[in-house]
Amino acid sequence: MLTAALEAMRERLRGGIGEVALVRGMLVLDVEPAVLLRTVGDLKAEHGFDLLLDITAIDWPGRTPRFDVVYHLYSTRHFLRIRLKVRVPESDPTVDSLATLFGAARFHERECHDMYGIVFRGNGDLRPILLYEGFDGHPLRKDYAKQDEQPLVRYRR
Amino acid sequence: MRDPIATAVMANPVRSAFGPGRDGQVVVNIGPSHPATHGTIQVIAALDGEKVTRVDVHCGYLHRGFEKECESHTWTNVIPYVDRLNYCSGLINNFAYCEAVEALLDIQITPRCRYLRTLLSEYSRVADHLTCVAASLMELGAMTAFLYLVMIRDYIYEHLAALTGARVTYTYGRIGGLARDLPEGWLVRLDEILVQYEDFIGRIHGLIDRNRIFIDRTRDVGVISSTDAINWGFTGPILRSTGVPRDLRKDAPYLAYGELDFEVPVGIKGDNYDRYYVRMREMDESVHMIRQLMDALPAGPINVDDRRCVLPEKHLVYTEIESLINHFKLIMDGPQVPAGEVYTAHEAPNGELGFYLVSTGGGMPYRMHVRSPSFVHMGGVHRLLEGYQLADVIPTFGSVNMIGGECDR
Repeated sequence: MLTAALEAMRERLRGGIGEVALVRGMLVLDVEPAVLLRTVGDLKAEHGFDLLLDITAIDWPGRTPRFDVVYHLYSTRHFLRIRLKVRVPESDPTVDSLATLFGAARFHERECHDMYGIVFRGNGDLRPILLYEGFDGHPLRKDYAKQDEQPLVRYRR
Repeated sequence: MRDPIATAVMANPVRSAFGPGRDGQVVVNIGPSHPATHGTIQVIAALDGEKVTRVDVHCGYLHRGFEKECESHTWTNVIPYVDRLNYCSGLINNFAYCEAVEALLDIQITPRCRYLRTLLSEYSRVADHLTCVAASLMELGAMTAFLYLVMIRDYIYEHLAALTGARVTYTYGRIGGLARDLPEGWLVRLDEILVQYEDFIGRIHGLIDRNRIFIDRTRDVGVISSTDAINWGFTGPILRSTGVPRDLRKDAPYLAYGELDFEVPVGIKGDNYDRYYVRMREMDESVHMIRQLMDALPAGPINVDDRRCVLPEKHLVYTEIESLINHFKLIMDGPQVPAGEVYTAHEAPNGELGFYLVSTGGGMPYRMHVRSPSFVHMGGVHRLLEGYQLADVIPTFGSVNMIGGECDR
């Protein structure tokens, strides 16, 4: 049943959005940074992917562009998930923010900014969320060693 | 005059989104360590009289680098860490994680394991909802209800301790199976506890459901619409309380849920009362499922017969060299998981708990990310708090059931 629904959705997306891969029961799509906002907008408005599940990133040091920003969306109508991947370079790790489409994007993007230093253009609130003000570096990047120590923080009154 | 934001940077580990003093607004800080916020979380609220006009929620006080830590542990050694995400229902975290790794390894678990995992997931859901309902009732002053519910929860914890050896952090799931089979007489005791559960839940319904004080504090407080809930990424009981019957157990059945008879309870208007009631009804459905699973529990092995991930039997390790080497390699190098990536989600008590794993082949995850419902809920909780009284912050927070370990990772 699920496989049939996945194939149907894949067929449907082929016309509007492009060729979508099918990996372990999940639709997977590589997106160019320039068209991310439009693609997600289409997925939400036309294809029923109305729940933004997650935004995270993967660091591939040595590869150019270095980062994958990974989005997971869910359709509460079709019960299907889609994964979008955007490649961003280390020199300019910027993608468009989804905060205009999904409220949930705000916290996810803050976390992703904390952990990888990805800048989400259009998200006005990229304050640290899991880390603290003054944290030095981005801990989930592969070049941040696990045993690295942070500078001492001044005594807070 | 000093810039208020700059002062805030010096004085605080967090930077508030707004400062005090505008239009006679008072800004109060609640937490991060506050007796009434279960979990370490900071709420900065702007007040107009007693009314909350704006809220800035800060999490991260329990951040312990879970995802970073996983990248230097073998796939098996990650299991104790996932226990500590939602520590009210560690078993569900275990099973969701194990299922994700099994998907990468392309393993089908045995029927008995599938049923046991389903049974224990539902049992954990009962314990989690009991905790949530008990704590939120206690915060409204209902001490008797709290003690009744926590008593049942403690029976469940001790019963699970008889199975797993721990009350809260079970580490019971294994890649390809479970740590051990049920001990003698475990199902008999389970039946006793379910009967007691029904007795005490009946008393809670009698004490609370039509209680004037409770209704006044929870009806029409913390209301959210279905559209808003979906926009802010809410899943689980909060989404269902708004009347949207979305439940992964029904929509995309995993484990043995496709073979069970159960309903998905929904609320009417998405307020605190609905969230309380949805949780109460979900527990009843869970008990109904547990009874079906007890009756239909198949016999047979609990672990798959796959040397890539399951440890060989102890007596073989001591008597034959192949098993000894197999054991050694699994412990030292970890299970060799083929390259690939997978996202697996289970319906955890708070909503969709997703594990996103990336493997490049080898014994350790390359990247491991948790889609934790609590974190997402904290991103939208301001919608539930703004416009209500300051005193409503606590019951609303209770009904959202933020779990620090899962939120901050």
